[in-house]
Amino acid sequence: MESQPRIGVYVCHCGTNIAANVTVEQVAEYAATLPNVAVARDYLYMCSDPGQEMIQRDIEEYGLTRVVVASCSPRMHEPTFRGAAQQAGLNPYLVEMANIREQCSWVHTDREQATEKAKSLVASVVGKAARLKPLEEREVGVTPGAVVIGGGVAGMVAALDLAGAGFPVYLVEKSDHLGGRVAELNRVFPALESTPELLEPLIEQIQTHSNITVFLNAQVADVEGFVGNFEVTVSGQDSNGLEQSALRVGAIIIATGYDVFDPHRKPELGYGQYPHVITSLEMEQKLVEGDLTVNGRSPRSVAFIQCVGSRDEQVGNPYCSRVCCMYTSKQSRLARELLPEADVTVFYIDVRTFGKGAEEFYDEARLKGVRYRRGNVSEIIRRGDRVVLVAEDTLLGRPIEFEADLVVLAVGMEPRFDAGTLSNMLKVARSSDGFFMELHPKLRPVDTTVDGVFLAGCCQGPKDIPDTVAQAKAAASSALIPLLKGTVPVISETAVVDPEWCAGCGMCVDVCPFGAPALDSVRGVSQINAVLCKGCGACAVACPSKAIYLQHFTPEQILAQVDALMG
Amino acid sequence: MKTGPMTEQLELFGCIQCGKCTGGCPVARKTVLNIRSMIYHMLVEPELDVSAHEELWDCTCCFNCVERCPKDVRPAELIIELRGQLVESGRIPETIGTALMGVFRQGNPTGMAREDRTAWVNDGNPDSRIEIKAAQEGCELLYFVCCTAAYDLRVQPVARALARAFQAAGLDFGTLGTEESCCGSGVRRLGEKGLFEMLVEENGEMFRSVGASRLVTTSPHCFNTFKNEYGLDGIEVLHYTQLIAELIEQGRLNLSNEVNKKVTYHDPCFLGKQNHVFDEPRAILKAIPGVELVEMDRNRERSLCCEGGGGRMWAEGTNLEERLAFQRVQEAAETGAEILAVACPFCLLTLEDAVKVQGLDEADQDGRTLQVMDIMELVNLALVD
Repeated sequence: MESQPRIGVYVCHCGTNIAANVTVEQVAEYAATLPNVAVARDYLYMCSDPGQEMIQRDIEEYGLTRVVVASCSPRMHEPTFRGAAQQAGLNPYLVEMANIREQCSWVHTDREQATEKAKSLVASVVGKAARLKPLEEREVGVTPGAVVIGGGVAGMVAALDLAGAGFPVYLVEKSDHLGGRVAELNRVFPALESTPELLEPLIEQIQTHSNITVFLNAQVADVEGFVGNFEVTVSGQDSNGLEQSALRVGAIIIATGYDVFDPHRKPELGYGQYPHVITSLEMEQKLVEGDLTVNGRSPRSVAFIQCVGSRDEQVGNPYCSRVCCMYTSKQSRLARELLPEADVTVFYIDVRTFGKGAEEFYDEARLKGVRYRRGNVSEIIRRGDRVVLVAEDTLLGRPIEFEADLVVLAVGMEPRFDAGTLSNMLKVARSSDGFFMELHPKLRPVDTTVDGVFLAGCCQGPKDIPDTVAQAKAAASSALIPLLKGTVPVISETAVVDPEWCAGCGMCVDVCPFGAPALDSVRGVSQINAVLCKGCGACAVACPSKAIYLQHFTPEQILAQVDALMG
Repeated sequence: MKTGPMTEQLELFGCIQCGKCTGGCPVARKTVLNIRSMIYHMLVEPELDVSAHEELWDCTCCFNCVERCPKDVRPAELIIELRGQLVESGRIPETIGTALMGVFRQGNPTGMAREDRTAWVNDGNPDSRIEIKAAQEGCELLYFVCCTAAYDLRVQPVARALARAFQAAGLDFGTLGTEESCCGSGVRRLGEKGLFEMLVEENGEMFRSVGASRLVTTSPHCFNTFKNEYGLDGIEVLHYTQLIAELIEQGRLNLSNEVNKKVTYHDPCFLGKQNHVFDEPRAILKAIPGVELVEMDRNRERSLCCEGGGGRMWAEGTNLEERLAFQRVQEAAETGAEILAVACPFCLLTLEDAVKVQGLDEADQDGRTLQVMDIMELVNLALVD
């Protein structure tokens, strides 16, 4: 039995994030009066180096045996403070956090009440901290290998990098060929190289690489496990015919790409009604064939309409699709070359040319005679053999009716229609636009809410080929971290059975979604496999004999929190 | 007028000046009304001289601009607010003043006597007078007749046809009789907010006291305002085309008389683009034996406004010569249709007038004429009691 615990309490201002609504000095003063608290301090940024050093110094000086940090959500900085404590020689599980930012200062406006609430939260966590037990840090081995879902440019680039580092890669492609959406394009901006020139070497490398297995006409049917040890069931065909394969890998990369916006959803544009109105993807095909005729006649006027299905709340797509400005610039320029006699006009709202060489490419398109008219087209109607674009030229400030023989709708990108299925299967979150969500918009652009699952390409949001390749390489590099390290940490807060109390009823076995508990056939009591346990606590709740407890969330610890709150 | 408060209230800051509103505005092609440019003025200038914008009265509130806006800005609401400024300062065309006064005094914009509101039940033939229950006695379906259908001789037959169809289907329905007052759709769109709020309160109270579970209207304008602007929780608001299509679907109307006509259908703005009721009117027409339905090029979401909405029945606007209705009836004639079917009292009046002015009611070289009829008038021909 250890002697009385010695607790240090650290109250963070988080700049003004907490301090603006909570009087942190009062919270620290109050904390100093709580049982077992040896020292209590407040500081501007607890997570900063000086903040962490303050905690480490106190551990040494005051002989602290527990640390409580009152700051942001543990999702944010629990690893930071646990790491700091560990460096100072304290078991990391003797650190506990009180969330006085997300659950207090950000959601309340009354300073007095918010301060009182912060004090209660701190008292509750101090109560728990006194009863914390040290836990052992654990690691498990990693299965060398990765599954890449999607055989477009993103998937192929990621697969090649992983395979190049020496790991087996399983590339799962839904269609019967590699190349994805890029295979449907003609030539690509800004260098106007042809897509076969771009794709063929990539596909060739994939097919000849000894570390890469390609599954065509195949889909991921099920995913089990966790970072380091996934079991991915792929159903479909490989070269041997139809079959289901269970693949054991350490990491997964999602590279499932995008769907093209269906302009039937903008009925005012007459797509599907007038043969003159086509999508940009259909235009690519016409450019491949070098034939822009409509109804057997060469167009005298070609019009492009930007932002179809993008930046548009009417169809639920508020985002910019990022590639349409540039591919329209490319297509309009190629149309000028194919039809030197024809007028080529682009109707736009804003022209966005942010990529390398993009603005220069747009300059060239205009210099070749492509006319840019500002104003998006409101509707398209028929007039004789032609169609009429009904719009306002906003720079002239007057409504116009613009006759055209060929109209190209610059359709945007949308999440894959079945992104939800994969999202549910992998438990990977999606953002409000429906694309897969990165863990942090700036600092973790290829990580997901699930460790060991990474994102590459347009499945995460619209992007052009250079950005897709950059992200694919980043995803491969991140996936290589656990693969190269060979081990991953697993949670220590697992469930434990007290065999003295266990009646061997087996309810824990029934409720566990991870198959961790099993009945010992000799002793007739339950035992929990700590490697499989995810610490969800379902067994502890289900156990009628209260023989199971979850480490770090024991009844004693939780009741101490409740007691402090009821004060 | 200071632009700041209204810009904020209407959230005009969302505008990206794409021009889809003015581009799609049917009256912008013929008058100086440019709502995109007006929004820009609101965004960047501190003051707006509303009285210098007579063209504000040109807007038909077809809501094309609202439907097309990619940023959920509601451009037509700016026009309504600016009209409100003009109403408040009394700077309104005389005809609009008369219409508003009529609604205030007699419950209808024509200013005709409230006691005469039930005259529509009588077509002059004493044998065919329709007996209609007073909704105040309680009924399942409340039929809201509409000022235009109640008083206008050309539209009255539509109301009678509806009453006959409801009776034929055995519905328990009633009307408010002389206690029915204008829905206020036009009143709101002319900027008379106070009068509109009064109508919402009084009408809403009366509807609730009747206890009907459904409310059906002759006009898409009444339908739209009851459905979207009244907050009638617990009462299902229907346009008659929705109810008649439902009755046909349920086999409760015997449409057996043949009407051997080529028909095209004009989508009313307040029914079609504003409330997305496109299919029901067409389903009714297809259910009439003998009718051959043909479509105009501009149909459904692209239907061309007849210029009867937004109070324009009582305000001529700044360009009388180039009426959109003239263009619309020509489009109907191009389909080869003999009948231009409508589902709105205003469309019926404006388009029929245009047919006459354009001489399309007289036989062309192929002996063809174009006639404007409400869908209910066609149903009435086909209906066997």
